[in-house]
Amino acid sequence: MTITEKILAQHGGRDRVAPGETMWIDVDVLMTHDVCGPPTIGIFQREFGVDASVWDRDKLVIMPDHYIFTTNHHANRNVDILRAFAKEHDLPHYYDVGTDRYKGVCHIGLAEEGFNRPGITLFGTDSHTCTSGAFGLFSTGVGNTDAALIMGTGKIWVKVPATMRFVFEGELPPYLMAKDLILAAIGDIGTDGATYRTLEFDGEAVYDLSMEERMTLCNMAIEAGGKNGIIAPDEKTFAYVNERTAGTNRADYTPVYGDPDARYYSEHVYDVSTMEPVVAKPHAPDNKAAVSEVAGTKLDRAYVGSCTGGKLEDFVAAARVLQGQEVVIDTFIVPATTEVGRQLHEVTVGGQTLFDIFKASGCQVGKSSCAACLGGPIDTFGRTHGTEVVISTTNRNYPGRMGSKQAAVYLASPLTTAASALTGVITDPREVLV
Amino acid sequence: MKPLIEGTAYVLGDHIDTDQIIPAEHLVYSMTLPEERRLYGRYALSAVPPGQQGLPFGDRPLTQPDAYTSDYRIVIGGDNFGCGSSREHAPFALQVAGIEAVVASSYARIFYRNAIDGGFLVPFETRGRLVERIRTGDDLLLDTKAAQLTNRTTGETFLLDPLGDVAAILEAGNVFEYARQAGLMPR
Ligand code: SF4
Repeated sequence: MTITEKILAQHGGRDRVAPGETMWIDVDVLMTHDVCGPPTIGIFQREFGVDASVWDRDKLVIMPDHYIFTTNHHANRNVDILRAFAKEHDLPHYYDVGTDRYKGVCHIGLAEEGFNRPGITLFGTDSHTCTSGAFGLFSTGVGNTDAALIMGTGKIWVKVPATMRFVFEGELPPYLMAKDLILAAIGDIGTDGATYRTLEFDGEAVYDLSMEERMTLCNMAIEAGGKNGIIAPDEKTFAYVNERTAGTNRADYTPVYGDPDARYYSEHVYDVSTMEPVVAKPHAPDNKAAVSEVAGTKLDRAYVGSCTGGKLEDFVAAARVLQGQEVVIDTFIVPATTEVGRQLHEVTVGGQTLFDIFKASGCQVGKSSCAACLGGPIDTFGRTHGTEVVISTTNRNYPGRMGSKQAAVYLASPLTTAASALTGVITDPREVLV
Repeated sequence: MKPLIEGTAYVLGDHIDTDQIIPAEHLVYSMTLPEERRLYGRYALSAVPPGQQGLPFGDRPLTQPDAYTSDYRIVIGGDNFGCGSSREHAPFALQVAGIEAVVASSYARIFYRNAIDGGFLVPFETRGRLVERIRTGDDLLLDTKAAQLTNRTTGETFLLDPLGDVAAILEAGNVFEYARQAGLMPR
């Protein structure tokens, strides 16, 4: 069995499972946020009763992150509903807006708070819940109805997915990032190339990546239609998880690995040493082009943020390019979480903090949340309102995704995005990296 | 699940995403208050680009501008129907408009799951592509037990992929009823 099949078998109380089988499994963590949390709560109360208890208070994580810093009434009402529900049920893992506990983007918050542990099953009311698979666990996005059923029972039915294996071999050149690898893979198989299936990432280039970069790979599994993305755990995984779970009741976990004779639906092998920086052109994540093919395309703004491209390492990469120079287009910096936001003031490159580098180069630094990754209410930081051409470290570029339907979004790595911010045209990071 | 679903076809192309099915600006309406709920029917598929609304004609909206429900009953789609966000409002909006089944070459998995688990509509997959073989307005008969679609306008019959395990959820009505039958939830 593959690692995914094994985790599902264990959680379904079976010795063996095969792709295509349907079964009930136990859920270890359910995550929801401000957009889907309130309707999920509504369905939960309709089906289980207004006084019903959630199945396990300790396994429910609520992280508001989508529409936070806005005056929009509906958006604020949603956070009020979450707050009231968390209070009524005395939920230990609610990360309220306006308090020290506030985290920001849920998928990164789950990792930082030690909810991602090898071998578990994790479901969330958000399509990018597949991000957590970077920790060797099964994670996927579900709708509100499924989430409400989990909230009441701790169970969900799954159809065991077949696994597509993506092997990245070789040594990653300094001008490439995980974002380039996953954009290349999605470009090759298309936005429905992995529908119903698992994307398992393997190969020395994957294990050379940090946990943050591994999250970038798994984050975009859904952009190929995948059910989950997954990377088998190793020492880096354990080091990250142990640090984040120390002193909690989540410190115990059992890693799961695929069998040597596991069967794969398909195998896709890349030699990363020969790959080039790539972008996804408007208006789909599989609209791949090498940066060299689109170099010189005029841009209006650059955006570094989101669960895909707003982690500490993404900002370190951007700062290495921007240090000592000035951006020539509007450039927005949005740390995914409040922890990343703090690190901008602490972590240094060349003796300067990341925050100082961004300020000195003329970037605007925003508060931690999803912000303009999905457009959001009219007053959202970094949102497009017209015909802007944007280069962004986010994960989707369908029409209207960053606000305006007339805007055009190029998806790229933080290195390519920062290099382009300095010139105002799409620029290969090899031209500016020394 | 009804054994037979009959009515007129509404035909669409490939990659119909959840933003085309129900644009984000309309997600603010209550899904329960009747006077707000019906707006989901009015705006279902309202963001399908002109030229692709009701193929092969391209200029036939699912719901007339002043109406809350549609005259069409069965949507015919191409590849990757329902891709995009995880919003459950998508199959819900189609149901409110009066759509009882979708027959598409393939689905994005979250839409497929949502349609079944919420009991909003019956999603069938086709073995071959039907988008070019059925016209908007054709009179269809869908036999859900036999997984067979008949175009009564042309006399053609198409075999669909059997529903498999998910048929039990559709039979139960939604995932909660299914879970009750499995003894996972109190009745
Ligand atoms: S940052 Fe963007 S992709 Fe990530 S959870 Fe928020 S809206 Fe979704």
